[in-house]
Amino acid sequence: MADATLDATVGHVDPDDTSSLQTIELTVNGQTHTLTLEPNVVLLDALRERLNLTGAKKGCDHGQCGACTVVIDGRAMNSCLLLAALAEGQDITTIEGLADEDGTLHPIQQAFLEHDAYQCGYCTAGQMMMATSILNDKDIAKDPASIKEAMSGNICRCGAYKNILDAVQSAHRTIEGA
Amino acid sequence: MRAFDYARPGAVGAAIAAHAKADSAYLAGGTTLLDLAKIDIMQPEQVVDINGLGLDRIERLEDGRVRVGALVTNTALARHELIETHYPVLSQALLSGASTQLRNKATTGGNVMQRVRCPYFRDGASPCNKREPGSGCSAIGGVNRETFAVLGTSEQCIAAHPSDMCVAMAAIGATVSVHGPKGTREIDFGAFHLLPGSTPEREHALEPDELITHVTLNAPERDARSGYLKLRDRASYQFALASCAAQLTLKGGVIRSPRIALGGVATKPWRALEAERILEGKAPSKALFEQAAKAAFKTATAYEHNAFKIPLGQHAIIAELGKLTGLATTQEAS
Repeated sequence: MADATLDATVGHVDPDDTSSLQTIELTVNGQTHTLTLEPNVVLLDALRERLNLTGAKKGCDHGQCGACTVVIDGRAMNSCLLLAALAEGQDITTIEGLADEDGTLHPIQQAFLEHDAYQCGYCTAGQMMMATSILNDKDIAKDPASIKEAMSGNICRCGAYKNILDAVQSAHRTIEGA
Repeated sequence: MRAFDYARPGAVGAAIAAHAKADSAYLAGGTTLLDLAKIDIMQPEQVVDINGLGLDRIERLEDGRVRVGALVTNTALARHELIETHYPVLSQALLSGASTQLRNKATTGGNVMQRVRCPYFRDGASPCNKREPGSGCSAIGGVNRETFAVLGTSEQCIAAHPSDMCVAMAAIGATVSVHGPKGTREIDFGAFHLLPGSTPEREHALEPDELITHVTLNAPERDARSGYLKLRDRASYQFALASCAAQLTLKGGVIRSPRIALGGVATKPWRALEAERILEGKAPSKALFEQAAKAAFKTATAYEHNAFKIPLGQHAIIAELGKLTGLATTQEAS
């Protein structure tokens, strides 16, 4: 579509009109950032294009594929369907914040490596963020059927589902045994 | 996405006043609003964020009813002890809807207000009486399989109501509390969603600027059993082709106070009143369930690609009633 108002540009369509800009604070991976944004900026675009955190991916941009999944206050959410302003004051974790500072991988990252739980990798950040929230959620059982149901909002175009399931169960065993 | 102004009021009255100032949309979780704003189907000049209004509590009222704040997420509602214990049909319906991520963000009020999944409504170009009154309905002569209704349709619109949660609420019975410029009022859940008729652009009973603050569930019936069965093209993360929410009690070997609601097959969350009348006071049997299921679809209209929803919906009723009454009605899937 040619209509400039419909593209995914972060920021206002009229650069001279700054009347509706708002300043918000986002806490991402333990670090607080102050951003001046238009009200219609979604969290995914703020992360990728303002904070250069490009781990969360834009797949469908409509909450259907899960590639943009981040964890907010312990809950996995589609960052493409969330206004950045709504995440102010909340604890946002992206794939960049999963490993320890010394580079030690999170158990889910290690398990994805060991189980070859990806092919092209585009959905992988979203898969792992969804998986970490499941591993911390007492309401979700860790049998194969329950994991598949809980992760049905993460689409893998390559079809690596079997290895993803193996990785999530393996990470669960690692964490339980720790 | 088009630009919009943003307001985050701290009180219900201020939210309504802000909403009245411009062509506005209330923002709860945003999973419908942002989806539709991105494809230019919704074009609010102003978004009024209601997340600061404290409408995120679930409480049991003195009369036994359960009041759910409009901002309670689908996950929180489904997992709440009061809901899991007294309204399993609602918990099951919520958990069968959307994905984990969406349920974590989507709210009770937003689910009540969600829009249809008709592809002609969403494409922004095809004639659609809901999007552009008087332009025609592309679905009636078009492809009308998955997201289209057989009950409550009109010559202007045949889009099915997409919610699972609302089907359970229709079976339980509920009231919708709204605040507006003229004060507060209660709307019976069954009267909240409107049939398309000749005005498919009118989807609900809200007046301009009115805001849903709560949905209050009828007090649970003593010894009631309830459940939700959803049939769809794949096992998870898909809208219903047909679904059945049912609640009933068994006393002295007969069914009492049955309440049946259907999803995926109707233009609004659909109470099957005729089926309920047939079931009341009768002993469970497969023949009785078949009779009730047949009655539920007596007024159905099949379109070119969705005629299968009539037998599918009937089987949903029969199977769910069988499950609730302990009567085997279907062969176990292998």
